[in-house]
Amino acid sequence: MIRVFAFLALIWGSTATAEVMKMAVTTSFHNSGLSDVLLPAIARDTGLEVQLLIVGTGQALRLGEAGDVDAILVHSKAAEEAFVAGGYGTHRREIMYNDFVFIGPSTDDAAIAGQGSSTEVLTAIARAEAAFVSRGDDSGTHKKERALWSDAGFDTDTLGDWYKAVGAGMGASLNTASSLNAYILADRASWLNFGNKGDLTLLFAGDPVLFNQYAYLPVNPERHPHVDSDGATTLEDWLTSDAAKELINGYAINGEKLFTFNAVQSD
Amino acid sequence: MNDIWSGLQAAFWLLITLDRDLIEITLRSLQVSLSALVIASAIALPLGTWLAIRRFRFRRAAIAALNALMGLPPVVVGLIVYLLLSRSGPFGVLGLLFTPTAMIIAQVIIITPLIASITHQAMRELWAEYHDLLISLNTSNWQRIKTLIFDGRRALLTASLAGFGRAIGEVGAIMIVGGNIDNATRVLTTAIALETGKGDFALALGLGFVLIALALVVNFAIHVLSRTERDGRW
Repeated sequence: MIRVFAFLALIWGSTATAEVMKMAVTTSFHNSGLSDVLLPAIARDTGLEVQLLIVGTGQALRLGEAGDVDAILVHSKAAEEAFVAGGYGTHRREIMYNDFVFIGPSTDDAAIAGQGSSTEVLTAIARAEAAFVSRGDDSGTHKKERALWSDAGFDTDTLGDWYKAVGAGMGASLNTASSLNAYILADRASWLNFGNKGDLTLLFAGDPVLFNQYAYLPVNPERHPHVDSDGATTLEDWLTSDAAKELINGYAINGEKLFTFNAVQSD
Repeated sequence: MNDIWSGLQAAFWLLITLDRDLIEITLRSLQVSLSALVIASAIALPLGTWLAIRRFRFRRAAIAALNALMGLPPVVVGLIVYLLLSRSGPFGVLGLLFTPTAMIIAQVIIITPLIASITHQAMRELWAEYHDLLISLNTSNWQRIKTLIFDGRRALLTASLAGFGRAIGEVGAIMIVGGNIDNATRVLTTAIALETGKGDFALALGLGFVLIALALVVNFAIHVLSRTERDGRW
């Protein structure tokens, strides 16, 4: 027994603590790999250790509302504005954008590759009743996808069996789409970083409605006095600085640029 | 088949190169699950033994409830612990959410019923044997529990190891209460879920093999440390 306790004492080693803040981010942001570039730079420039909670936009907003994180970085404008209007966040600051792309089987049975707009793409998929995987998890990507369907005149609740709401993150949904050889809406970053592409390929992109704006929202310290408001301000200053601009604009996978910095800089 | 092979290769390389991240998350897995195991055992072993020797009105119902709780869904435990520890929840002021401590709390809740239930089952047999002796010696309840626990330690080791197995392989609860934060609360199982999400099956599988190897090593280590299965000692 004593030996077991000694072993336990051994593995409960002490851990060094720098200044730490918690930020909830979306899976799509993390899957892009950009966070692996930004976090070390943040730690170097500001001494701030940012701990990321990688969740869907819906859960990120809930974590912010409950005060369990100090800031959130998400991409769903309507939900973000409701978050600020509800007094949960102090303000909303746009940081950067990337874009959504339509992924599908390389045979492209629904013939979406040559379409002119995302509305036409969805109409073609619906007409062909080709298998389509939806995130179905109330994330930013899922909200975007539902908005696109409703713009095209469809109600996602009444679509047939070919519309599969999997209720999973971006990567897990792409895995499902890959094994079903189905169409799916994904953000470009997650797609480029995805390792299990199978027969899937990028079929449609470039429609301006597919742009995906990321915004930074610090949690309101008046509502949750314990949040690290100084850390959140430091991080916001860094995220809108020239250093961040350079890193974000310069980030590329296989030579493809992923994000475009568009924060309004203060000076 | 190809994926499994590359998974084995990934595991091999992670181990050979003593990957720093791997060592860190492995140690954290051990830290969380072994701590949960010690705490859960401290509660469950006396509780299961007590249930075996005491006769009281709701005993049957208590045992049935305990057995049912063995199947407690980890995700639900995670969600409840999250709501309790959340800054907006009753224990929010403690600031425990997204720390290893929160993960230990969730795992203790998950594995305590399992250990207590197996303990109760084993102790019932032993109690039938010891009943007359311990009653005739006019022992107190606590003395009876201690005697049974000591003499039934082999069976209890099995109970504890079953609890450890459930804790180390658990992902649903610790994902929610730990948050899978890099360098803070990421453990083997949540890392596997993350890599699967990225479609990096080889690395995910590699970590999975490391997890299986770890479970084996811990089981062997506990057997060696407690000197079971040796000649002359049972």
